[in-house]
Amino acid sequence: MSNEIGTFNIKSGLAKMLKGGVIMDVTNAEQAIIAQKAGAVAVMALERVPADIRAQGGVARMSDPQKIKEIQSSVTIPVMAKCRIGHFVEAQLLEALEVDFIDESEVLTPADPTLHVDKKNFTVPFVCGARNLGEALRRINEGAAMIRSKGEAGTGNIIEAIRHIRAINDEIFSLKNLSSEKLVSLAKDYRVPVTLMEETAKLGRLTVVNFAAGGIATPADAALCMQLGVDGVFVGSGIFKSSNPAKMAKAMVDAVAHFNDPKKLVEASVGLGDAMPGLEISLLETKLSERGI
Amino acid sequence: MRIGVLALQGNVSEHVNATKKAASALGLECNVIEVRTKRDLKGVIGLIIPGGESTTLQKLCEREGLFEEIEKVPNIFGTCAGAIMLAKKIHKKESDQRTLELMDIEVDRNGYGRQVQSFEKNVETKFGKVRAFFIRAPRIKSIGKGVSIIANNNGETIACQQIINDKTNDKKFHFYLATCFHPELSTTKFHEEFLRVCSGAHLYC
Repeated sequence: MSNEIGTFNIKSGLAKMLKGGVIMDVTNAEQAIIAQKAGAVAVMALERVPADIRAQGGVARMSDPQKIKEIQSSVTIPVMAKCRIGHFVEAQLLEALEVDFIDESEVLTPADPTLHVDKKNFTVPFVCGARNLGEALRRINEGAAMIRSKGEAGTGNIIEAIRHIRAINDEIFSLKNLSSEKLVSLAKDYRVPVTLMEETAKLGRLTVVNFAAGGIATPADAALCMQLGVDGVFVGSGIFKSSNPAKMAKAMVDAVAHFNDPKKLVEASVGLGDAMPGLEISLLETKLSERGI
Repeated sequence: MRIGVLALQGNVSEHVNATKKAASALGLECNVIEVRTKRDLKGVIGLIIPGGESTTLQKLCEREGLFEEIEKVPNIFGTCAGAIMLAKKIHKKESDQRTLELMDIEVDRNGYGRQVQSFEKNVETKFGKVRAFFIRAPRIKSIGKGVSIIANNNGETIACQQIINDKTNDKKFHFYLATCFHPELSTTKFHEEFLRVCSGAHLYC
């Protein structure tokens, strides 16, 4: 009776423990402590939040390991970190650093034009972004233990996350009425095994935990995603680009825990100061969500 | 009978499903409530505290003023973070962290290390062999006199229970069940045991 590490149950199991929670982007130990105090279920260790990556342009890569270590030693909640799409060596570094989850993220500049990381080879679990059911199932088939909407990171604009959450919901719903021939043909289009399609259709949801991400700027944004059926939320720039990060962080946590209770949402939303500044999607030069499909 | 699952954060749906399955296996009529506020705890005879992030659970409970109300619930079953919440003493405690301090156990948070050290294995328990998932799991470092062991792993307690039955005051029956692993991911045996005790506990309340 030996210990088995890195099994899919152990990877997807950690994602289940994060449900109903908020995962916050942080760039240093001080911010990580603020996030933990507010009640975050995990932090994402980054050098720059997406809004700054977007503003500064250039190539965005994995964070300095020193930065990640500093954040790991400052909190007891899980620490996640991002690698570039397809950059399996950055992923190896992050696994060696013993981060708790890797986000193979379109927020960083992709490293491979065609392939994602083969996530089954790793002990550490991965989360990947998706805009629709095909992307989500391809990532799960590659070994992702958790999915999140891509949204449009760093914009403070929720519309793309909502588009992606609704697309996945609607496409799963429509699987129910498909004949087995149609399911086989759709599996070919999606480039995933029919068994994964069947399992998804039977469950009526993705086979792994599904979070919202990309553009969440207020507690009401977070609760909107939750009411549309996601299991939890990532907040990137929305906390530390707001005028009062500690208050905003706590408000996000409260709003996700009580997402169906408008009175509690009012309490959470009072006196937060300014949310992060927002960007109009049609005016963006780079749409991060179009990376890594 | 009303069984609550603390639903502020964590793997709530897995516990709700396991509880419903366990109730139907036992032929018990059981109303499973998701608990987020004091109001939801009304009439709840047994509460399940799921796995999740213990610091998050504690903060959300505190903000809702749930600590005092949860202490009154006669039967509580905590898995992983839930076991930390039940413990009288915890290691690697955050400065602002508080637990319910109901069960006479001493627990080390993330006692096995980070996620890459998380593991699964078959373990022998009082209810037979189960597949046990240890996910950033706590470790039970010591147990008090009144605590009985339900499962061991290499000589370490990984599941235990405590009955507190103060006969001088018939309102003081309490049953606590704690596991370091996640029975809700692989079996309903622990939920069945919990429901069996909860259904008997009607007599004491």
